[in-house]
Amino acid sequence: MNALDQTPASIDAYLKDQEQKTLLRFITCGSVDDGKSTLIGRLLWDSKLLFEDQLATLTSESKRIGTQGGEIDYALLLDGLQAEREQGITIDVAYRFFATDKRKFIVADTPGHEQYTRNMVTGASTADVAIILIDARKGVLTQTQRHSFLASLIGIKHVVVAINKMDLVDYDEQTFNSIVASYIDFAKDLGFESITPIPLSALQGDNVIEPSENTSWYNGPQLLPFLETVEVVKDTLDKPFRMPVQWVNRPNLDFRGFSGTIASGRISVGDGVVEPRSGHQSKIKEIVTFDGNLDTAIAGQAVTLTLEDEIDISRGDMISGLQHRPSSADQFEAKLIWMSEEELLPNRNYIIKLGSASAQARVTSLKHKINVNTLEHTAAKTLSLNEIGVCNFALDKALSFDPYEENRQTGSFILIDRFTNATVGAGVIDFALRRADNIHWQAVDIDKKSRSEQKSQKAAVLWFTGLSGSGKSTIANQLEKKLHAMGKHTYLLDGDNVRHGLNKDLGFTDADRVENIRRVGETAKLFTDAGLITLVSFISPFRSERQMARGLLAEGEFLEIYVDTPLSVCEERDIKGLYAKARAGEIKNFTGIDSDYEVPENAELILDGANLPPEDAADQVIEYLKKHDFI
Amino acid sequence: MTEDRLTHLRQLEAESIHIFREVAAEFSKPVMLYSIGKDSSVLLHLARKAFYPSPIPFPLLHVDTTWKFREMIEFRDNITKEYNLDLLVHINQDGVERGIGPFSHGSALHTDVMKTESLKQALNHYKFDAAFGGARRDEEASRAKERIFSFRTENHRWDPKNQRPELWNIYNARVRGGESIRAFPLSNWTELDIWQYIYLEQIPIVPLYLAKERPVVERDGMLIMVDDERMPLEPGETPEMRSVRFRTLGCYPLTGAVESTASTLPEIIQEMLVARTSERQGRLIDKDQAGSMEKKKQEGYF
Repeated sequence: MNALDQTPASIDAYLKDQEQKTLLRFITCGSVDDGKSTLIGRLLWDSKLLFEDQLATLTSESKRIGTQGGEIDYALLLDGLQAEREQGITIDVAYRFFATDKRKFIVADTPGHEQYTRNMVTGASTADVAIILIDARKGVLTQTQRHSFLASLIGIKHVVVAINKMDLVDYDEQTFNSIVASYIDFAKDLGFESITPIPLSALQGDNVIEPSENTSWYNGPQLLPFLETVEVVKDTLDKPFRMPVQWVNRPNLDFRGFSGTIASGRISVGDGVVEPRSGHQSKIKEIVTFDGNLDTAIAGQAVTLTLEDEIDISRGDMISGLQHRPSSADQFEAKLIWMSEEELLPNRNYIIKLGSASAQARVTSLKHKINVNTLEHTAAKTLSLNEIGVCNFALDKALSFDPYEENRQTGSFILIDRFTNATVGAGVIDFALRRADNIHWQAVDIDKKSRSEQKSQKAAVLWFTGLSGSGKSTIANQLEKKLHAMGKHTYLLDGDNVRHGLNKDLGFTDADRVENIRRVGETAKLFTDAGLITLVSFISPFRSERQMARGLLAEGEFLEIYVDTPLSVCEERDIKGLYAKARAGEIKNFTGIDSDYEVPENAELILDGANLPPEDAADQVIEYLKKHDFI
Repeated sequence: MTEDRLTHLRQLEAESIHIFREVAAEFSKPVMLYSIGKDSSVLLHLARKAFYPSPIPFPLLHVDTTWKFREMIEFRDNITKEYNLDLLVHINQDGVERGIGPFSHGSALHTDVMKTESLKQALNHYKFDAAFGGARRDEEASRAKERIFSFRTENHRWDPKNQRPELWNIYNARVRGGESIRAFPLSNWTELDIWQYIYLEQIPIVPLYLAKERPVVERDGMLIMVDDERMPLEPGETPEMRSVRFRTLGCYPLTGAVESTASTLPEIIQEMLVARTSERQGRLIDKDQAGSMEKKKQEGYF
């Protein structure tokens, strides 16, 4: 760094110069032991970003736990977490920083171990360039192909193929050439704009900064100079204007601004804009920032826009240019990368976060899985951790987006589990599905309220959940008789009965159970709309499915009634002889035996199914309904 | 902006603003932890930018150990007044009553009671569901792997093995009652970026960062400033006036000064580039053992 030689008098000039630096984000990936951490350690070392105390720690730890026979083990710099240090492998994404006079770099060090692919996708999602490390002794491995495919999937356009450990193959040109040939053959369909192979030794420093004398046959760029100059596609500027609205800025009644980061394109005062979902149009009045109003703003800037007209825009909406608007739809096809130990269940509701917008989303069809090693397509019913599938999604409301190919900012999303709140998937959108647009909701004049009032009741769904044999159906049956006698209009949907007709085609896998509940939920919703008090008697073991059913209905319409009977009591009753069969292994996935029952956390009513006679239990429900003005 | 290219500082600035706005929009009760140091100064500056022309839509919280440099407290009170900030100050009264201090009880216990415990007390008391902090990934190895939205359990614990994957600039803001996140808008800034940005934006910082003649004693290889009469002098120790500055600010008995004549920002930056000693070296608390920061973080220290 030149700064070391500067006098205080010229440091001002140096700082001015430094302010003109740009930013490059890249990832390093490769198999275990390809030398990723060593390479990054070397880049930090060579750009003088290692401080003396860090160096002292590194030297002492290299002696203590290093793998280089007491020599400096650069890899130790990167392995931040203690447990990982002891295992000797990097298991998470670590971000490192270094700078030269031309650029600041942010490096995501991503794992090579196969089971941690989700971390590689995470690191790659913000990267412009990928460095794929290959051990010169081993050549292109399965993991090399996997990482290249993931880099391509996540939209990285520039790849450096760093053929490392050249010192261990005597800097042999033939070895280098044949690895390059096999890599290019493999990667030709991955859509990279540039592939730059470099023969390296991260440990010895060959071709990291300076041309190496050991590879006199090589005429290409060295790694760091390449990273300093690679022109990462700045085409986000040439793309149509998009700004997801993060926050409505309303300090007083006279100011209403929309704050967000410009995802693509540019915008100037006076430009026409539209909120694509509503179609409302206006013009840009001001581009407000703390440092004064701007005439024009570009992709990457965080600004606050005010409009000429009062149009209804809130968080989750998008502001777009009038030309080339984004899609607005509630269905799309996307590639989904699954990141959770718990597998994807089609038709289960998840939370989708897309830009600043959130909605409920479910996979309506899983078209196929992509084998990341062979790129083959195979049929699939679910996705497990680290699997990638092409899926159709349906959302509970339309959102605005672009295909990921066209816009990395507005075409990406994450999926969140509604119960654990974990981020379980990441998706890149292929295209909108238009079907939803073409089926319009048929407006009807007689509504739920008028139908309910005619029956002197308030429509509701009484959802009985509990183990098989807990007494759900018996209580529900008693209750329906009592309600009928009171002149109320009811319908009872029983789990077993429904499986004979509507849900005849479904089995007992987790995926089928979800679909089972979805159909029953939708049916109950229709009956509720008809003004009926609908009793549902279903084991419904999963919280998320009961929540899904609840989500279909209006606030306050869904009453979860937990029939709390201990497994031992149910098993003793064993009215249908099912527990005996399940214990004998004749029935699989039987709730309570080899499939979980998740006890309700917020049931409206809990009935003691072990001690309370069914008739008294039914009376308890009636009391509740009266108290809350349903009847 | 006439250029069609954002410089690295402008890009970092925009990303930090994006994070501020996401948290403010998604959480019901955020707070910004304000430690008065240079990173807090930058954090505060960015928060003002993020919501302009609105005021910052959440309070600031200073966890006061009662052992901060006097100039820090003075600076804090001036800034609060000048920017009209909603500042909460929390002191662990239990620790005060027990007389906990760095000289009498050692750095580890003092930090644990007056900082980590105190912070948890305040977060529980006000029921904040998100807390901004000024931590950077370049500071320390365990921070390099921490998320920008870093999930905390009801007990404020961080589980490094079970972090939510964080992709693009989409942040998972879902927490249940009692759980929270720590949000780190400066994650991708380096120490040099911070100084360059302070210089570029002329952000006010505590004068202790600039070299000046100050009364110090040398103890265990560190220069400790005698900031008030609570500092017990050992036999033979006499405070002497030396030109020193601080690279990081905390409790005065635990913060080592460096000898320096750099009294302007450009001089500090130049000295930093030449010195090549990373900034946490001046802090006693990291020195106990390798991995000590990771342990503290798991327990709820920032």
